[in-house]
Amino acid sequence: MKRKIRVLVAKPGLDGHDRGAKVVARSLRDAGFEVIYTGIRQTPAMIAEAALQEDVDVVGLSVLSGAHMALVPKVKEALVAQGMDDVLVLVGGIIPNEDVPALNAIGVKGIFGPGTATQEIVDFIHKELAEPAA
Amino acid sequence: MAPAQYNTVAGLVAGLESGNRRALARIISHIENNSELAQPLLAALYPRAGQAHIIGITGAPGTGKSTLVNALAGLYRQQDISVGIIAVDPTSPFSGGALLGDRVRMRDLAGDAGVFIRSMATRGSLGGLAQATADVIMVLDAAGFQRIIIETVGVGQSEVEIASTAYTTVVVEAPGLGDEVQAIKAGVLEIADIFAVNKADREGADRTAMALQMMLHLGAPDRQQTMHHGRMLPVSLPPDIAPDRQWTPPIFKTIATQKQGIEALLAGIEDHNRYLAESGTRQWRQYLRAATELRMILRDALLERVLQQLGEEAISETVQAVAQRRLDPYSAVRQLLEAYHHRINTA
Ligand SMILES: Nc1nc2c(ncn2[C@@H]2O[C@H](COP(=O)(O)OP(=O)(O)O)[C@@H](O)[C@H]2O)c(=O)[nH]1
Ligand SMILES: [Mg+2]
Repeated sequence: MKRKIRVLVAKPGLDGHDRGAKVVARSLRDAGFEVIYTGIRQTPAMIAEAALQEDVDVVGLSVLSGAHMALVPKVKEALVAQGMDDVLVLVGGIIPNEDVPALNAIGVKGIFGPGTATQEIVDFIHKELAEPAA
Repeated sequence: MAPAQYNTVAGLVAGLESGNRRALARIISHIENNSELAQPLLAALYPRAGQAHIIGITGAPGTGKSTLVNALAGLYRQQDISVGIIAVDPTSPFSGGALLGDRVRMRDLAGDAGVFIRSMATRGSLGGLAQATADVIMVLDAAGFQRIIIETVGVGQSEVEIASTAYTTVVVEAPGLGDEVQAIKAGVLEIADIFAVNKADREGADRTAMALQMMLHLGAPDRQQTMHHGRMLPVSLPPDIAPDRQWTPPIFKTIATQKQGIEALLAGIEDHNRYLAESGTRQWRQYLRAATELRMILRDALLERVLQQLGEEAISETVQAVAQRRLDPYSAVRQLLEAYHHRINTA
């Protein structure tokens, strides 16, 4: 039986708009993924806990507030603390170029700006999950 | 990849035994994906299960099931009772993907080691959904959760079938989803042990509750009768286990968002739990569950064998013949079975 790819879509931080995150969640479903949507105002600990219980392959974070440098590393840390080092972490939002190297350095490879075509995200996930994470 | 010890049955079972949640989550994935480890895992865990009380929560979309699960589980936690939750949502028939959003309503339960929430997509496998769900319930049971709550959208036969794997099934209604009580349409009335009329803060809740009351007075189809219906395996029940028909489903009004009416609902669930034990009905249902489970597994296994032997082409030719009315389905099955027997006898 073909294994389903499971993706957690979460919105860390305090801003209360999740229209963008929902749109992404829906398009990932339409691309054949099982998407677990957790909603707004998620703490890093909540995200890591949900990722663990749902045994997801991918965690997609939507950060539009500009607080990505505060939030994303904390989520990554919380995931590692749960033993989920191997989970593919993606970030969607307005991420200035100068922040990209720092995010890459903590293992966040997929960074997608607003208006990214969903297909690009889908292809990225397929490519990353196909390769052994060695 | 998960830590190496979680790639073996022994490692996973040891992890589960020591309360490791990562191991639990991995086991559930193996079951869902029907990996090579699935059957050995189920075999190893089966003897450990059987302690939990299994509660099904079903009803139309938007009636407030997830919000109700959040409130119920919260109340169980106040009583120091651990809760495993499975939230089932449909897989899109078009993409094969699914959007599982029930956790949004269950955020109060975050950060509590006495709660484990898992979202499941129906995946539309050949009649395997109810079985997959039953297997995941069993894993949570083996992990030691004292109550297992399973949320399903009560709109189709398979959902009804899943709900029937629970010991206590709560059917959730809400006012304002059209005048009728949804249960009549969906055919879930037969499986209700308890009704919750949620959104009691909304107009029309009393009318919904009254409509239910009237239906119950008119005489709902008998549950035991319904479960006997059709495709059961023959079970010879021990003589001391007699189906007790004294239970009349109570109706509770709730406001899940304000956590109102939840104590009464929980007490109703626990009353039913006690009733099941004291009347011998629980044991009787365990027999029926075992029979249903065996039937489903046997059916799937036989189907798989037949498909393997005959190959997709032969099957799809037969499907075409039936679709074009060149052949009736009963004769088609007879022919397929004859071909199958011929194959295995000459192999
Ligand atoms: N007014 C009111 N709204 C409720 C109540 N319970 C749930 N809701 C709302 O109904 C919507 C659907 O709830 P949800 O739990 O997701 O329903 P489900 O689809 O049955 O799981 C959400 O917006 C809830 O906040 C209630 O008791 N009263
Ligand atoms: Mg729900």
